[in-house]
Amino acid sequence: MSTSTKAVRSPRSRGGRAAHPFLRYALRRVLTSLLLVVGVTLVTFVLTNLVPGDPVAAALGQRAAEDPAIVAQFRATYGLDQPLVVQYFTYLGNLLHGDLGVSTTTHNPVVDDLAKALPATLEIAFGAIVLSVIIGVVLGTIAAYRRGKASDHVLRVVSLAGLSVPTFWLALVLYYVFYFQLHIAPGSGRLSSDFTTPPTVTGLYTVDALLAGQLDTFLDAASHLFLPVLVLTLYTVGLLTRFVRTAVLEILDQDYVRAARAKGLPTRTVIFSYVLRGASIPILTVVGLAFGSLLSGTVLVEAIFAWPGIGSYAYQAASHLDLPGIMGVGLLIGVMYLLVNLIVDLLYGVLDPRVRLAS
Amino acid sequence: MTDARTTRPDPRDGAPAGPRDGVGAGMLDPVSTAGPRWRRPRLRLGRWSAPLGLFGAAVGVLWILVAVLAPVIAPHDPLAQDLPILQAPGEGTLMGTDALGRDVFSRVIWGARVTIPLALLLVVMSVLIGAVVGAIAGFFGRAVDEVAMRVTDLVMAFPTVILAMVIAAALGASLLNAVLAALIVSWPAYARLTRGLVLGLRSSNYVVSGQLLGFSPLRSLGRDIAPNIVGPVLVLASLDIGTAILLLSGLSFLGLGAKPPTAEWGSMVSDAIQNFDAWWIGVFPGLAILTVVIAFNFVGDALRDALDPKSQTIRGGGTTL
Repeated sequence: MSTSTKAVRSPRSRGGRAAHPFLRYALRRVLTSLLLVVGVTLVTFVLTNLVPGDPVAAALGQRAAEDPAIVAQFRATYGLDQPLVVQYFTYLGNLLHGDLGVSTTTHNPVVDDLAKALPATLEIAFGAIVLSVIIGVVLGTIAAYRRGKASDHVLRVVSLAGLSVPTFWLALVLYYVFYFQLHIAPGSGRLSSDFTTPPTVTGLYTVDALLAGQLDTFLDAASHLFLPVLVLTLYTVGLLTRFVRTAVLEILDQDYVRAARAKGLPTRTVIFSYVLRGASIPILTVVGLAFGSLLSGTVLVEAIFAWPGIGSYAYQAASHLDLPGIMGVGLLIGVMYLLVNLIVDLLYGVLDPRVRLAS
Repeated sequence: MTDARTTRPDPRDGAPAGPRDGVGAGMLDPVSTAGPRWRRPRLRLGRWSAPLGLFGAAVGVLWILVAVLAPVIAPHDPLAQDLPILQAPGEGTLMGTDALGRDVFSRVIWGARVTIPLALLLVVMSVLIGAVVGAIAGFFGRAVDEVAMRVTDLVMAFPTVILAMVIAAALGASLLNAVLAALIVSWPAYARLTRGLVLGLRSSNYVVSGQLLGFSPLRSLGRDIAPNIVGPVLVLASLDIGTAILLLSGLSFLGLGAKPPTAEWGSMVSDAIQNFDAWWIGVFPGLAILTVVIAFNFVGDALRDALDPKSQTIRGGGTTL
């Protein structure tokens, strides 16, 4: 809710009345997001109940499933004799208690598995999103400024090619080249075997190592991050470049930018203070979208680097048709994606008064 | 979130150059004025994008030929395990053999028969379903619109690959279920696009005057509105073929698509995880995916330049969604 305090402090909204539109805007966004979270749980619930094959037989085994008394007992215990609506609310209640079921591959509660795996994924996701936003903004701005020239076309072809690469294959090739052939990159996992895990604070090994003052552990963890982050960055940077280019072109056409140029401001000032500022809203949008494709990317990439995050977990769960595991990952990623988009929406309101006043 | 989504610009609406802004190009160079540069970008565009589109089309046609002629081209049975295992490329086979002694080259060739037709089928189905739902929602509005749009919201609340993965897993691992899962996640984009376009055209003078003449809604939609939305929908579809191939092979890579003996590119790349030193097992099927997807994307990009007037005149700013 720091966003709302920011809005209150902004000069425009000194009086309580002026702060109102943003709060109303924020509240509406939060509510729609909550509705969508309910929708997401509905999707996973329906899909879980859609499983072909009787869950009773699966859980009890064939022999016990033939005994009607045991089956009735089982159905009553797990609420399977209740109407679907009741079952859904039970499911929702369980979710709120952090009960996502038990994985059929690891035999641990899915929540515990995910909690253990999440920091590893966040570490590469953060790295990749920061890197791809920087590269994407730079390349996109260059392409827009050099519109129609050779470099624009080269960037266009390259980003289109980047969007066409199957991520999981790119991961495989880079791993093979940098690890097996050139021995530049370290092997799989988050740390080399001769290092011990730094004391857990954030769960991000690089940050934890720095906090503990273990520089060599930090370097090792960072070198393990290199390839997965590179693959995910290449995956999202094509999307970002194309989009930033469009956004910047749009802004370059505006009168205020033309005026800034006409009065002879240095190009650097024009780009940073006028163009990128104006383009920040559409760029923010695509960062939210890129985050979604990045989360998808981790599912396809982590397994190759044996990176112990939710991506590897999803890969393992998928290949064993471990439904609770898969639904847990789907739910977690769905909610994270909604959260990021909510933040993006709220930032719109902070960055652009028109957004919050329009409603 | 709903509203923000609909007003958000489409990221796929990115690249194509248009004649609109000689201004943008000229701005960097303070000496030049906007005037004389006006037509240049268009000329350059023609020089660059059409050949790329043609190149893409050629590669795409080549792959389709490969798919059709697979039994003739492939030197081995793609499923036969009768060769020495893990043989490197060149030692008797073009692309080596996998861990079960199957010819990788033959499997790559036969793989074209799996992924390409399914991806095309998927896109056609998504377009049909999405366009019909979107047209009805946009034209009749009210409850139908509300329900349809809330459903698309729900689908778009997930990253596509994740939702497809979850659905495919729930349906059970098979190629057909993977296509079904992919279909469920891909039709909403067309529904949104069609709805937006229909909504814009519904109140335009020529449609309204047609209605005043007593045309039925069906005639309005079919004869008056439809011709004007075919272009943008086609552009989106052509750009989606590549995405569909990536999605389907990705699901197979996860083990949620093609079942083991099937020669499918994504699952072949997945096989390589167990044999990292035998690089040829994964590299060649991946190259197949890459070349097909690039080909279709180049075609789609060129097609957008040619067909979608929006991308050139009022491009950006969320005009397509």
